[in-house]
Amino acid sequence: MVDLKINGLHVSMPEGSTLLEAARFLGFPIPTLCHMDGLEPYGACRLCVVEIGREPKARLVTACTYPVQEGLEVRTASSRVLRARVMILELLLASCPQSRTIQDLASAHNVRQQRFRQEHEDCILCGRCVRMCKEQMMAGAIGFRGRGENRSIGTPFDLRSEQCRLCGGCIYVCPACQLRCTYNEPEKAICGGCANLSPPCIEKEPFDDMMCYMSPCVACEIPKE
Amino acid sequence: MRTDEVQGFVDRHVGERGGLISILEDMQARYGYLPADVLRAVAERTGQSLTDVYGVATFYKSFSLKPRGKHLCSVCVGTACHVRRAPMVAREVERRLGIRPGDTTADREFTLETVNCLGACALGPIVVVDGHYFSAVTTGKVKDILEQTRAGLDRVDVKTDRRIFPVTVSCSRCNHSLMDAAHPIDGSPSIRVTVSFKRHHGWLRLSSLYGSYTLECEYEIPMDAVVDFFCPHCHADLKSAAGCPECGAPMVAMIVRAGGIVQVCSRRGCKGHMLDLNGSGF
Ligand code: FES
Ligand code: FES
Repeated sequence: MVDLKINGLHVSMPEGSTLLEAARFLGFPIPTLCHMDGLEPYGACRLCVVEIGREPKARLVTACTYPVQEGLEVRTASSRVLRARVMILELLLASCPQSRTIQDLASAHNVRQQRFRQEHEDCILCGRCVRMCKEQMMAGAIGFRGRGENRSIGTPFDLRSEQCRLCGGCIYVCPACQLRCTYNEPEKAICGGCANLSPPCIEKEPFDDMMCYMSPCVACEIPKE
Repeated sequence: MRTDEVQGFVDRHVGERGGLISILEDMQARYGYLPADVLRAVAERTGQSLTDVYGVATFYKSFSLKPRGKHLCSVCVGTACHVRRAPMVAREVERRLGIRPGDTTADREFTLETVNCLGACALGPIVVVDGHYFSAVTTGKVKDILEQTRAGLDRVDVKTDRRIFPVTVSCSRCNHSLMDAAHPIDGSPSIRVTVSFKRHHGWLRLSSLYGSYTLECEYEIPMDAVVDFFCPHCHADLKSAAGCPECGAPMVAMIVRAGGIVQVCSRRGCKGHMLDLNGSGF
C-alpha cells in the first residue's frame, strides 16, 4: 500500500493505482474526458490535471496516468489547477463546440465562452475509440494515423477494415460524436452502428424526429435526399 | 513475389526492439516507398495489427506510402531559409514541376518535399536534390538545378571537379598492372579487368578517375547484376572479403600503385566504393 495525501487527507492506495483512482476513492471530483474505466489510461485530453509536490517545485500532472507515490501531496482544486482546467475546456470548446460531452463539462465548470478562434473539429483525438476497439473489442480496426496537424483516427488506407465487425463500440464511447454514421459511405464504414442496428432515423424520414437511440445524433451524416 | 521477400526483411529484425521501424526502413529502401500490400504483409508476418503498422508508417516523415520519383528534391522552408525567401523558391520549384510538396511528377522523375531546417542555415535558402546540397538558391537558379538533375547529378565534370583524381591499380595477386593506356576513359588510362556473369565472359573497362563511374563493357550488364571480376593476367578472382557498404554485395579489391587498396562494388549500378590508402583494411 502507498500512503499519500490528497487535499490534506491521508489515503492509502494499492501500488500501481492512479491519482485519479485515489481522488475518486476519497470523493474528490476530477473531470475527465479521455479516461474511461476499462480502458488503458491514455492522458490525451489533460482535463484531469492535478497539482503535485510542494512549491516551488509543484507541478501539474494528469491524474489519470500518474501512479500513486509514497508521501505525495496532491491538490485537486488549487487555483493553478482550476486555471489550467478552464483553459483546457476553452480549448476543447474551441475545437469541438458541438460535442455534448464537452458542453456539459464546460458548463459544469462555468465556462460559457472561449477566447480562441472557433473551429468545428469532428474529433478531439482522445483515442477512446481506438482503445475501445483494441482493448475491449479485440479488433484493432481503427488507429491513429499521421502526426501533428494531420493526425487523424481511422482505418488503414481509409478502407473498411477486415477486423471491423461493425460493433459500433467506437461510436458508443466517442465524446465528440464524429465517427457517427459512415452509413452512407459503406466502403469506408468504421462501425456502421446504425447500419446494423437500424436506428429509427433511417427507417423514418431522416431527421424527422431525433429518436435515435444514440441520441443526440446531431452529427448523423445521412444525406437528406 | 513481394510478400515472400517481406519475410526476409522481417526475419532480419525479429525480436528487436523497435524492429518495426527497421523493417519499414528496409522496405522503403527496397521499394522506394511502402506499397499497401507490403504493409499488409508486414503486419501479417510480425503479428502486429495493420492499424499499428499503418500508424507508424504514416507517423514518420521518412516513410512514404506513395511511389517516389527518381529524384528527391527537398526545399528547406525553415526559419532562416524562410526569411531569405525560401517560400518563393519552393513556389518556383512547384511551378516548374507542376506538383505540390509531397507529390511526385507524373513521369515519376521528381518527388518534391519541404523540410524544416537542414542545419545549414547560414547557406540558405537550401535545396537538396538526391543528397546534393545547393546553397543560396534563388528562384532564378531553380531551373538550372532541375535541369542538372535531369541530366544526372552524378555525371561529374572531370575537368573542374577537384574531388576527382586518377588512380593507378594492379592485381592484388600477381601485381600486374591493370591499366590500359590504349583505351582511355574520361581522358585517362582505363582499368581493364575480365568479368563474368551468367554465361558471358568478357572485358570491362573502368574509368581510373576516383569518383567517376564511367565504364565500358563487352556485354551489356543488366542493372543490379552482381558480376565476378578477374585479373586478365593471372585470372585470380578479385573479390575481397568486404561487403559493399551500400548494397552488401561483394567488393572487388585492387592495389593502388601509390599504396593502399581501392575497392569497388561488384553490383552493376551500385556506387559503393572505398579507398584505403594505408591498406590496413586488406
Ligand atoms: S482524462 Fe486524464 S488526460 Fe484525459
Ligand atoms: S532553415 Fe534552412 S537550413 Fe536551417
